[in-house]
Amino acid sequence: MNRLAVELPGLSLKNPIMPASGCFGFGREYAQFYDLSVLGAIMIKATTKEPRFGNPTPRVAETPAGMLNAIGLQNPGLDKVLAEELPWLEQFDVPIIANIAGSTVEEYVEVAEAISKAPNVHALELNISCPNVKKGGIAFGTVPDVAAELTRLVKEVSAVPVYVKLSPNVSDIVAMAKAIEQAGADGLTMINTLVGMRIDVKTGRPVLANGTGGLSGPAVKPIAIRMIYDVSQAVSIPIIGMGGIQTAEDVLEFFYAGASAVAIGTANFVDPFVCPTIIADLPALLDELGIGHISECIGRSWKTGAHAVHCRA
Amino acid sequence: MIGRERMTVASQRRIAERTYELTLAGRLVQQMKQPGQFVHVKATAMADPLLRRPLSLCHIDRERGQCTIIYRQEGKGTALLSQKQPGDAVDVLGPLGNGFPLEAAPAGGRALLVGGGIGVPPLYELAKQLTKRGVKVVSVLGFQTKAAVFYEEEFAAFGATYVATDDGSHGTPGRVTDVIEARSLEFDVLYACGPKPMLRALAERFPNRPVYVSLEERMGCGVGACFACVCHVPGSETAYKKVCSDGPVFRAGEVVL
Repeated sequence: MNRLAVELPGLSLKNPIMPASGCFGFGREYAQFYDLSVLGAIMIKATTKEPRFGNPTPRVAETPAGMLNAIGLQNPGLDKVLAEELPWLEQFDVPIIANIAGSTVEEYVEVAEAISKAPNVHALELNISCPNVKKGGIAFGTVPDVAAELTRLVKEVSAVPVYVKLSPNVSDIVAMAKAIEQAGADGLTMINTLVGMRIDVKTGRPVLANGTGGLSGPAVKPIAIRMIYDVSQAVSIPIIGMGGIQTAEDVLEFFYAGASAVAIGTANFVDPFVCPTIIADLPALLDELGIGHISECIGRSWKTGAHAVHCRA
Repeated sequence: MIGRERMTVASQRRIAERTYELTLAGRLVQQMKQPGQFVHVKATAMADPLLRRPLSLCHIDRERGQCTIIYRQEGKGTALLSQKQPGDAVDVLGPLGNGFPLEAAPAGGRALLVGGGIGVPPLYELAKQLTKRGVKVVSVLGFQTKAAVFYEEEFAAFGATYVATDDGSHGTPGRVTDVIEARSLEFDVLYACGPKPMLRALAERFPNRPVYVSLEERMGCGVGACFACVCHVPGSETAYKKVCSDGPVFRAGEVVL
């Protein structure tokens, strides 16, 4: 028995570890460090209909235990992703989760329909929470009715299950999650980055050319945990958790909060080997805690009576 | 081949104002070849500061298994790095990026090396390798002030070396371009590393000559995945190059400076 294997809508994962969208490009850079087939899945960089350059530089700024980014959805566009990036990824035995973005409903629908038909795309991640683009992105992700309607339209055309990536930049993330579940989403991914800013002491101006950026890294982990804890108790669709994961212990914390799989983002920038390292570390950690299968950890923090099961003898 | 290693500090010394010369020992040195490549250094195992720091290779000594980097202490990461003592470990990812093309300089030809401030270090390994190939090297090094000057004698070992300071406290007062002009320095190929305005000035002054520039940009991953350090390509709205993995060295005209 593979004690790390996880079954989710559209996804048979050999382990629950996948690089998060926007932190792994289309895999080419990390393929020089290890065999991408060891990964549970890959969430590829957000794809829009047309190529996008994104925002002016500087686009990243470091913060205490974190970083701000304002890349602005730079990507080569749908046609090139379909013609070059996805076929290149077919050499690896790993399911792809295609992150899709747009500035209009029509663009989301068009990209979703086309990319969901690629043979190695097993699920879509609907990006309605990117804080760095002026039109679209987060505008779709902060009003429950709008997010639900977009989810419904994308579900209608998608050939594969649809996961919706939630923004933490909302006042009631549970209401958002419920609206998206109601609209037919197969799963949720959370959390996207938190909108933040840094100001240069010498110039008095924002460090990022875009002004604001999305905060990620270990600094946001407690917020992600709390939000997954709340949302997982209110919905019945699975959650892929993300936000500041660096270690196998962090992974279990996300499972305990209510996630069924996790994505690793910023940590890839710090250590390109972080995903295979975590995958290798997990079995020993499960042994140490007396856990048979990682799925036993899902929602343990709120499931009644579950705490007693795994106390060490 | 890019690797990650906990390298060992062989020595560290302060060589100018807020400027340190750090020599590291480890197996990774055997992978380091091109002048102009860089290493991505994490000064602490803790999460703060979180990201690595891209630092140019200044000297590669494969026989001794040591490499030297020179950096300026600017923030928390470089402050932590400056406290490292011989025997301490430093987490290094590298070598990264594409360096200066040696073959652009014909044997017996003349190379002009132009460095500005903390852009000077990678030109040292370049001067060494060019000299070994029989290329005549002339160096022009620009600094803000006398206290910031370093490696003047080291460069002089490879050929004529001129220093310019913004405030005139050492060498020629003014900019590197003033020195090139005043001395009518001739070259077959020009290699430069320093602040963007300096690189732009050089590219504009020698539009039809082989000029290679090494860019500096804020980086996240250093390997081309995060798209933090992109720059525009002339004549296109969407085409781009990544400084970390397509560069950091580009031929002038290849990217928008």
